[in-house]
Amino acid sequence: MQTAVTLTLNGEIRAYDGPISVAGLLSVLGLETRKVAVERNEEIVPRSHYAETWLETGDALEIVHFIGGG
Amino acid sequence: MDGALPGDDSWTVAGRRFHSRLIVGTGRYKDLEETGAAIAASGAEIVTVAVRRVNLSDPKAPMLQDYVDPKKYTYLPNTAGCHTANEAVRTLRLAREAGGWNLVKLEVLGPPPTLYPDMPGTFEAAEALIKDGFEVMVYTADDPVACKRLEEMGCVAVMPLGAPIGSGLGLQNAAMIWTIREQTKVPFLVDAGVGTASDAAIAMELGCDAVLLNSAIAHAKDPIKMARAMKLAIEAGRLAYLAGRMPRRLGADPSSPLTGLIR
Repeated sequence: MQTAVTLTLNGEIRAYDGPISVAGLLSVLGLETRKVAVERNEEIVPRSHYAETWLETGDALEIVHFIGGG
Repeated sequence: MDGALPGDDSWTVAGRRFHSRLIVGTGRYKDLEETGAAIAASGAEIVTVAVRRVNLSDPKAPMLQDYVDPKKYTYLPNTAGCHTANEAVRTLRLAREAGGWNLVKLEVLGPPPTLYPDMPGTFEAAEALIKDGFEVMVYTADDPVACKRLEEMGCVAVMPLGAPIGSGLGLQNAAMIWTIREQTKVPFLVDAGVGTASDAAIAMELGCDAVLLNSAIAHAKDPIKMARAMKLAIEAGRLAYLAGRMPRRLGADPSSPLTGLIR
């Protein structure tokens, strides 16, 4: 049975069909796991845990990567 | 050495050895292609990078890694834009997860227009990061007491500013930079303030182990030429430091013999 999961993703409220893991979310977003890092509710999600980290409504996620900077 | 830099004139930070004494930022370039070309021309082996939210509406946008190869360059993640210790620590934990690197550049900044290092925030973040296993190269005020404390806390490099970030004013504090250099046992860099090649040379002549800069190259009319100029200036300044400059004197001292003059 599918239930919607509502997340704050990089500051934007977004809803996804659940259940959804971090790995699933990155795949839906079209992001390469190799080049990003994910923080969930201000805690790092280690890359090795993406598949088993299930997201819950109300989670705040930050997905970041490297850009040019001084 | 006949004027050449000695072959083993390398420097080591946190156990990593480098031959280039120029660290360059990767920000403020026209595009990623120019970023890659300027960095190659600079000869730098370490590049600073920022950590930012992925643009979710454009996940396939070109990425820095495609133009500045992390296998070839040591990425030094920074905390630019962080104004609190908590933001800085979170940012670098993300950087460590994204890249696997624990060598980082910490900067906790005060408000514009100076963006001067916020030292209470810097101390708080440095302590948390060191405890968490990071190797912290720290951007700091040109304050010998603060710099000493950061070194004693375990920061792996101390990096005071020569002038405000992006100002290009050159070293406004040569005497203080020299003073802090003298007391510092870990790698010592000038970070911020360099505007042109001579500024970088001055920093090296004062005995810095390396110089960190970004805007001076990125905002030059021809960044690739300026990158080359910086490379040469760093080498010239380093060589002058190793050579040992002549003493300054207030009066003249003729260079030609005073004997044998025609009368």
